[in-house]
Amino acid sequence: MSLPDPVAEGVASGWRVLDGAVQTQDLQLSCDVLIIGTGAGGGMTAEVLAQAGLDVLMVEEGALRTSRDFRLLEAKAYPELYQESASRKTADKAINILQGRTVGGSTTVNWTSAFRTPAETLNWWGERYGLKSLNPQTMAPWFDLAEARLGIADWQTDPNPNNSVLERGCQALGLKHGRIRRNVRGCWNLGYCGMGCATNAKQSMLVTTIPGALQHKAGLLTRARVERLLPAADGKSLLGAEGRLLAADGHSLNGQQFSIKARHVVLAAGAIGSPAILLRSQLGGAQVGKRTFLHPVVVSGAVMPQRIEAYNGAPQTVYSDHFMHTQPLDGALGYKLEVPPVHPLLMGVTLSGFGASSAGLMQQLPHLQVVLALLRDGFHPDSQGGQVRLRQDGSPELDYPLNDVLWDGVRRSWLTMAELQFAAGARQVQVLHEQADLQSSWKAAREQIMQLPLKPLLARVVSAHVMGGAAMSSQPEEGVVDEYGRHWQLRNLSVIDGSVFPTSIGANPQLSIYAFALRAAHQLRDALKA
Amino acid sequence: MITRRQLIKTGMAGSVVLLAAGFLASPQPDLPAASQGHLVFLQAGDAQIIRSLAPVMLGMAGLALEDIVRGVDVAIANLLPAVQQELRQLFDLLGNRWGRRWLAGVHSPWAQAAAHDLAAFLRRWQQSPLLLLRSGYQALHALINAAWFGNPASWTALGYQQPQQIMGLLP
Repeated sequence: MSLPDPVAEGVASGWRVLDGAVQTQDLQLSCDVLIIGTGAGGGMTAEVLAQAGLDVLMVEEGALRTSRDFRLLEAKAYPELYQESASRKTADKAINILQGRTVGGSTTVNWTSAFRTPAETLNWWGERYGLKSLNPQTMAPWFDLAEARLGIADWQTDPNPNNSVLERGCQALGLKHGRIRRNVRGCWNLGYCGMGCATNAKQSMLVTTIPGALQHKAGLLTRARVERLLPAADGKSLLGAEGRLLAADGHSLNGQQFSIKARHVVLAAGAIGSPAILLRSQLGGAQVGKRTFLHPVVVSGAVMPQRIEAYNGAPQTVYSDHFMHTQPLDGALGYKLEVPPVHPLLMGVTLSGFGASSAGLMQQLPHLQVVLALLRDGFHPDSQGGQVRLRQDGSPELDYPLNDVLWDGVRRSWLTMAELQFAAGARQVQVLHEQADLQSSWKAAREQIMQLPLKPLLARVVSAHVMGGAAMSSQPEEGVVDEYGRHWQLRNLSVIDGSVFPTSIGANPQLSIYAFALRAAHQLRDALKA
Repeated sequence: MITRRQLIKTGMAGSVVLLAAGFLASPQPDLPAASQGHLVFLQAGDAQIIRSLAPVMLGMAGLALEDIVRGVDVAIANLLPAVQQELRQLFDLLGNRWGRRWLAGVHSPWAQAAAHDLAAFLRRWQQSPLLLLRSGYQALHALINAAWFGNPASWTALGYQQPQQIMGLLP
C-alpha cells in the first residue's frame, strides 16, 4: 500500500500547471485575473474566482511539491518548502521567521491552528482605524464559510503530552485555557505538519482551493518570481506583471522571463513578499511595508520526568489567552501561550548555548517539553512593528527593531512559562537565552530570568506569523488598500493576504487570512462579473 | 535595556569590524587543508573551520565531520545570495590569520587549535557586546546544528525516530 497523492494525479490528468524551471523560452501569458502567490490569500481567491468562470492564473515563486515529496525529514522540507530554508531573518538577525515558499504557501507547512480573529482585534480596527464593517457579526459568515471549506473543527483526540503539560500548568496556576481547532480531515495525529502533510489530511490550500481552482480551468505557473507590476500609461491601473523564471534548484534563475497581461491583479505574496513587489514596482506610497508585525515568540524548555516525545502527535491543540486579557489591549503587550512541535534540526538550531550543556539537553529530547509565548504586537503606541525594505539586489528584508515594550513582554512571558512548567511537574526549566541555563526550581528560574539582559541575539526570538505592511484603512492616506483589499490608487489591483491587517491578529493568523480573503474575493468576483 | 547610545556604539563598532573584514580578507590566507570534492560554497579553509568548531559547538566527540561539512555547504547553497555574501565575509574573516588571531582570538591555525581556545572564541562571540559578532556566532551555531541534527545519523543518540506507522508507506 502506498499513500494517495491527489494533487500529483490531478496534474497528470491535465491540470494547467507550468513549471517555470523547465521553460526554454520566455513566456507571454494573459488572463482575467492574475494571482501572485498561492498561500492562504491567493488560494482562497483563486477558487472563488475560477468557480465563477473567470480565467485565473496563479503564479508561485516556490515549486509544486505534493504529498509524495513530504518525507517527514526536516533537512529536505526546510530548503524545499520554506522561505530562505526556514532561516529568514530580520535585518539585525534577531528574529528567525518561518514562512512557506511552495504551492500553498505557509498553509502547506503550518501547524493547523485555526482561530477566528479575536473580537477585540476587530473592534479595535473599527474604533482606531475606522474599519467599522469588519466587526465580529459581519465577519462571522466568512469564518463559517472558511471553516466549512477547510474542515475546521474541534480536535477530538487527546492532546499529545507536550500540549498536556501546557494544559496541566494552566490548571495548576488557574489560567484560562482552551483547545485549538484544526483544519484537518482524517488526520493521522503524526506531528509532522511543518514538513508538509504526507497523508493530505491537513486542509491546506495545496489540497483544497488550489485543486478546486485548477479543476475550474485556472492555471498555475510555479518557480516564477514576479519582479514588478506593470502600470498602465494613465498611472491608475495595471497592465499585468513580469518576472523571471527560476531553475530547478528553486533559487537561481533559469534565464527565461515571463510577462502576464491581466484585467485584474491580486497580490497575495504574503506580508513580506507583497510589499516587496509594490516597492520593486515603484508603487510604494508612504504606507507600503510599514507596520509589519510578527507576533514575536519567545520560548521556554523543560525537562520532564516522563517521556514527552514532542515530535509526535498533533503539534498544537492547547492554548491559553489568559495573558491577552490581564491588561488593556493597547497596554503592556499581551501574550498567547502555545507549544511548538520539537524536532531535532529546528530544536538544535533554536536551543541557546553550545557544547556540553546543549548536548546534554538534546540527548534528553524525548523528555523535552517546550512552551512558547506569542506577543501581540501593533496595539501599544510603542509597538509599531517593522518595515519591509529592499536590498540592493531587490530581495526583501524586514527591519524589526526590538524595543523596550517588547522586551518587557519577553520577560513577563518567560516568567509565566517557567512557572507554568514547574507547576506541571518539570524537573528543570531553561528559557532560551544565551545566558540562561537549566534551573531546578521556580524560585531559581525566576531569579535568573530577572537578571537576563534583554538584547537581540542573546534572547532567542522567532516568528511564524508575518502580518501587515499593506494595511486596510478607511481613508486613502492612512493605508494601502480598502476593507476589500482594493488598492486605493490602482483600480485593478487588490491585495489579498496577511499584509492587509492593520495590527497583528493576536492569534495564529491562517483563519483570519482565509476569512478576509473570502470576503474580498466575493466582492471582486461580483465586480468582475458585473 | 539597551539604550539608544549603546545601539549607536554597537552599530559603529559593527561597521568597523566589517571594514576590517573587507580589509583583511584574502591576501594572507591562513590555511592548508586538502581540497574538498564537491563543495559548492565552502572553500578548503572554510571546511577546516567547520571541522574544528563542530565538536566544540555540539559538545560531542566522534562526529562524522565530513557529513557536517557537507551539510553546512548544502545549507548555505540554499540561502539567498545576499546572505551567502555575508557568510563569505564571515569565513574570509575567520580564515585570515589576522582575523583569526585578533577578532576570533584563536592563536593557532584552526586545524591545530585546542578545544578550550575554540570554546573561548565561541563564548566571546556568543556574549559579545557587538551585535555583529553575536550574529557571526549565531550563524555558525545554526549552520553546524542544522547540518548535524538534520542528519539521521545524529538521531539515535537523541532517542528520536520518525513515526514507524507511516515511514513504510512513503514512496
